[in-house]
Amino acid sequence: MWEYTEQVMEHFRNPRNIGYIEDPDGVGEVGSLACGDALRLMFKLDDQGRIADVKFQTFGCGSAIASSSALTEIIKGMTVEEAEKVTNQDIAEYLGGLPQQKMHCSVMGREALEAAIANYRGEESPGERRLEGEVTCICFGVTEHAIERAIRENGCRTVEDITSFTKAGGGCGGCVPAIEKILARPLAEEPAPAPPPAPRKLTNIEKIQLIQRTIDSEIRPHLQRDGGDLQLVDVEGDRVIVSLLGACQGCPVSKFTLKDMVEARLRDHVSPDLVVVEESDYESVSG
Amino acid sequence: MRAYLDNNATTMVAPEVVEAMLPFYGELYGNPSSMHSFGGQVKRYVDRARDQVAALLGATPYEVIFTAGGSESNNMAIRGALEALAPEKRHLVTTRVEHPAVGGVFQQLAKSGYRVTELAVESDGSLDMDAFHYALTPDTALVSIMWANNETGVTFPIEEIAEATRERGILLHVDAVQAAGKVPIDMAKAPVDMLSISGHKFHAPKGVGALYVRRGTCLAPLIIGGHQEWGKRAGTENVPGIVGLGRAAALAVEHLADVDDLANLRDRLEAGLLARCPDVRVNGANRVPNTLNVSFEFIEGESILLMLDDVGIAASSGSACASGSLEPSHVLRAMGVPFTAVHGSIRFSLSRYTTPAEIEYTIEQVPPIVNRLRSISPFVPTTM
Repeated sequence: MWEYTEQVMEHFRNPRNIGYIEDPDGVGEVGSLACGDALRLMFKLDDQGRIADVKFQTFGCGSAIASSSALTEIIKGMTVEEAEKVTNQDIAEYLGGLPQQKMHCSVMGREALEAAIANYRGEESPGERRLEGEVTCICFGVTEHAIERAIRENGCRTVEDITSFTKAGGGCGGCVPAIEKILARPLAEEPAPAPPPAPRKLTNIEKIQLIQRTIDSEIRPHLQRDGGDLQLVDVEGDRVIVSLLGACQGCPVSKFTLKDMVEARLRDHVSPDLVVVEESDYESVSG
Repeated sequence: MRAYLDNNATTMVAPEVVEAMLPFYGELYGNPSSMHSFGGQVKRYVDRARDQVAALLGATPYEVIFTAGGSESNNMAIRGALEALAPEKRHLVTTRVEHPAVGGVFQQLAKSGYRVTELAVESDGSLDMDAFHYALTPDTALVSIMWANNETGVTFPIEEIAEATRERGILLHVDAVQAAGKVPIDMAKAPVDMLSISGHKFHAPKGVGALYVRRGTCLAPLIIGGHQEWGKRAGTENVPGIVGLGRAAALAVEHLADVDDLANLRDRLEAGLLARCPDVRVNGANRVPNTLNVSFEFIEGESILLMLDDVGIAASSGSACASGSLEPSHVLRAMGVPFTAVHGSIRFSLSRYTTPAEIEYTIEQVPPIVNRLRSISPFVPTTM
């Protein structure tokens, strides 16, 4: 049995905003009967451009219904520009988390929202646009683009991660080598990943989480490709203490790796004041 | 009110079985192989359990090997027989609807160079017997076909299959895990070479099962070590489990006469659900008496199961989400059941402990759940 949080079960049992809007400003439909889950999301704006009414219909498992319900609650009252920034992690967090293998339910929510916003703006839906890319997983119609996005936005590092977030590879398994290839290569340098540049001051917990996420999704994959790895040991103020593992250990260029790559990326993504220190140096300094 | 209708997953251990097992967690702890009376008296109980299991299968006691359950029995039969067999025969025959403990073994064997024919099934789940006969070749080493399907309950004509393999000198293994205790099994009548059963599917505890191996059939052991089970399965016996298996087998023999009552109860459930829910289909014909697999169109199985659980009803689903994978039931797909209906499939499986009250309660509870989920679904044609 799945380990669903109380929030998931509560939204599953009492889903909010079920139904249909007669003449919506935006409609998004994703998934299909064949895939095993599908979501239709509709919203209507008030005269201030805020989402005044939002309704959904979902075919799917408990977490799919709960994710849809959570999504509608999150975006109600938002402007379209605000709603656009809602991520699948926001949906999962709203529900107190989802089982890893069910994360694709939250991704389906975000995709339906994107489709509904595109529909509102009279653009082609991002789903259609994405289908222009090469389809990697035939069973679930997942494109290379969607897989790259899961790597970038959700920090997926293994085929299992990709399957949890996109379903790709979860069918016949024929595309697993292709997914491995995508995982192994550097991410295409297109739309800058841009995790929020943190205009307001982060709380300490948020900062540590953001550092961890950046290390996992932006830094470790690069090191792992060369047989190395890195572990976050501690964060003290603006000092990020890490230990180098695998081939990075004792590697003569690791000092440059730390400054040029690790520190630079963390400064980009988290805070320009960060200083990265290796655990062994740190210990010798602090006695 | 609670209704346990997931007996193809596992069954309640019969109270008589629990009682029979208890002494072996207490004073009867001897090792059956020991040369003293602590062990000797325990060995007599193991022997009696072997007699009881043999009686259930129409076999002789020395054709019964105790194992840790159905999956081990299936692995041991297929892999052990092929290892012992002349390696020049490289063709194997099975079906597309086997349990993974058979299907997965064949996938592995296909990778190591065997040619595997997976027989298709008809839309009602039955085997195309012409295709079966056609598939047998002089190069065929072994056939493995289940007696009753775990998901649909559909039974295959094992006696006819066994006649054909016997005639051609091909080894036949039968996975009878879902058949034992539900249909009569008689190894004296059906020339099957190996047959698997699992205790917890017929009111014995989990972790014990048996493999029937016809006298004269060569089998290499999977587990090597001691001399137990004639050297075919090493390891000190799971005595409490084996005693429980024996007692459960004896009870199953007694209750075989009552399977018509079980079928009536199942048919009552089937008729009640079909009468009250539109857009429902029954998956599979010619089934064991305890199994009903139905598909509710436009809704998804895991959601149905969660809502059933909220009202105390236990069942299972062939939907992708419910299985913990992303692929829906391979059995229903092999039958050509449309995706829409596979995702909304629910299996109700009864046992001799199922009461008419549980069935009436289920008939009453299911329709509102189905209606509620359909009211959320974007696929219901009547929406707007």
